Amino acid sequence: MTHWRIGRRDLALASMAALGAPRVAGAQAPAVKLGILQPVTGALAQDGEYGRLGAELAVNEINAAGGLRALGGARIEIVFGDARSNPEGGVAEVEKMQAEGVVAVVGGFASPICLAASQAASRYDLPYVVDVGVSDQIVSRGLANTFRFGPGFGVVTRTALDNLVALNDAAGKPARSVVIVHEDGLFGSGMARLLNAELPQRGFQVLETIAHPTPARDMNNVALRIRALRPDLVIPSSYYAEFVLLSRTMQQQRIRPKGIYCVLNGAASNFRFVREFPDAANLVMDCNHWADPRKPRTAELRRQVEAQNRFWLYNTPLNYSAVMLVADALERAGRADRAALVAALAATDGAFTRHIMPYGPTRFVNGQNQAAAPVNTQVQGGDIKVIFPRDFADAQPVFPVTG
Amino acid sequence: MGFPPEIILEAALNGLLTGAVYGLVALGLTLVYGVLHIINFAHGALLTAAMYAAYVARTAFGVDPYVAALPLAGLFFLLGYVVQRLVIGPASRGKDENILLVTLGLSIIIENVMLAVFRSDTRSIDVPYAMEVVEFGPALLSYPRIIGFGATILVALALYLLMTLTATGKAIRAVAKERTGAALVGIDVAHIYAVTFGIGTACLAIAAALLLPSFYVSPRVGNAFVLVAFTIVVLGGMGSVVGALLGGLVIGVVESLSGLYLGDSLGQIGIFLIFILVLLIRPTGLFGARA
Repeated sequence: MTHWRIGRRDLALASMAALGAPRVAGAQAPAVKLGILQPVTGALAQDGEYGRLGAELAVNEINAAGGLRALGGARIEIVFGDARSNPEGGVAEVEKMQAEGVVAVVGGFASPICLAASQAASRYDLPYVVDVGVSDQIVSRGLANTFRFGPGFGVVTRTALDNLVALNDAAGKPARSVVIVHEDGLFGSGMARLLNAELPQRGFQVLETIAHPTPARDMNNVALRIRALRPDLVIPSSYYAEFVLLSRTMQQQRIRPKGIYCVLNGAASNFRFVREFPDAANLVMDCNHWADPRKPRTAELRRQVEAQNRFWLYNTPLNYSAVMLVADALERAGRADRAALVAALAATDGAFTRHIMPYGPTRFVNGQNQAAAPVNTQVQGGDIKVIFPRDFADAQPVFPVTG
Repeated sequence: MGFPPEIILEAALNGLLTGAVYGLVALGLTLVYGVLHIINFAHGALLTAAMYAAYVARTAFGVDPYVAALPLAGLFFLLGYVVQRLVIGPASRGKDENILLVTLGLSIIIENVMLAVFRSDTRSIDVPYAMEVVEFGPALLSYPRIIGFGATILVALALYLLMTLTATGKAIRAVAKERTGAALVGIDVAHIYAVTFGIGTACLAIAAALLLPSFYVSPRVGNAFVLVAFTIVVLGGMGSVVGALLGGLVIGVVESLSGLYLGDSLGQIGIFLIFILVLLIRPTGLFGARA
């Protein structure tokens, strides 16, 4: 008879469990660990902090809205790694994240870190979503685990040159002569080579190409050479501190070209520069990553960032969007499984709309989002405005600069 | 490539002004060499430490670097005195090669303490006058550079008066010329050594305060200046105070002009060409009394 009683109790328990199942599982679904890799110490610390901020905002938003629905409301748990501004640091953190059992890694910021870290992740078939790193090598190595939502170097420079020609033509071709200023590392030298090859074909005369080291302690000689050459346009490719120094020295030396046109410049799309040195920053143009000003979510996110007394930099929306991409793919994969996630990432299409970048319908080919594109911005009256592409520009370009 | 004369003039003037501060850094180095007959490998690290001190004075206490220069000079004089009296002197046991190693060790310790405390980031301060210019004919000269030049001349003058008019100055010169003789007439050689080392370190503190408004600081920043300072000391003549100042001005102009013509990445070539040429043609330097 005891047999019966146990049986009944089992039944009761089973039915209770069955009834309660969705709620119990909803509350207790194991958290999904997501690796966030950023350089938050060393030379790139500022960029890394703003990248981390974007990832955190996205994760908080997803968790506050009930977690990942397809995974029983599982929360996302950040496993943060400091890449220490060098590739070795990035690789070491990927190894740690692998040991922690993350489902994917997002971030890297600089191309060398992204290259090394995504390769390390590929050994574990661990999905890696690049946030910023623009080197085209990142997505041309045949690594199935590596995805980049943002644009690469080739697309950015082509857009930058096309827009420069359009800008100049629209103003009646005031600019003919150009001086290129670049940092003498991989990024700046590569950019200078490309500009030297492309600009003459588009009707510009390159008067001189001036290299400077990073970090540079003085820009007086660069400014003096620009003053002697009197170019219509100055095109700088430098990192944040050097461009700030250059533009301040040019201002000090009263050098006023018809335009300063940056390509992927660390400072010209940076509100810190605009706030701290408004006069030096005014009317500087840049072709760079930028969040879509038409999307309401962009303004909300910017308000959240500025409420924390921080600046609105492109790193934040790019990382926010990259984390949203992973969350979207996890929803479609239905489980926190690396192979399923890679397949889901690769299959992302226009239905993914939770990002805030100004891109068309997402489509990945060999890990690169084909719809990714940069925009042209210009510092106008203490704000950073979008001047190209026309269909969502929120200001008219001021070019040529007079007075 | 030809530059208009006003551009060349401005580059030369910029070099002259920067060179004065280089000279101040070299002054400390050459003074310590002239009296103690040692090459102080910790010179660069001490400059870095002084720059961080000026940085902290500005960021934590809001003290302008130019105001902080004198108190910092006092502080670093004491630091230099104590380091020579309690560390370098005793550890050397009278042998010059030991001093070399002790100062090298000190530089490694100082650099790594700075790295641990301030991390590897480059830091700079923002002062309102950092980008001010003074018109000098056709040239626009930056305000911090002109202050740096003026202050260096003042420091050099003060040092000259100290060396010629005061008893301590006479004792320093006596020890530099003849250590044993100086000891025999009752001069405390260990004290004079430490005072000299302290003066050298105080020069660094002033140089640091003059550099900070227009320059960044990182844990290894001192090395960039010390390489230049070594060249200046060799050019001016080991141990010569006048040589250090004039050498600094020459090197500053050479660096600026070669930077203008060759670009900033290659600009330092001029400095090291001079270094090699001086060693080949006139190893005693411009004002070196003895080899």
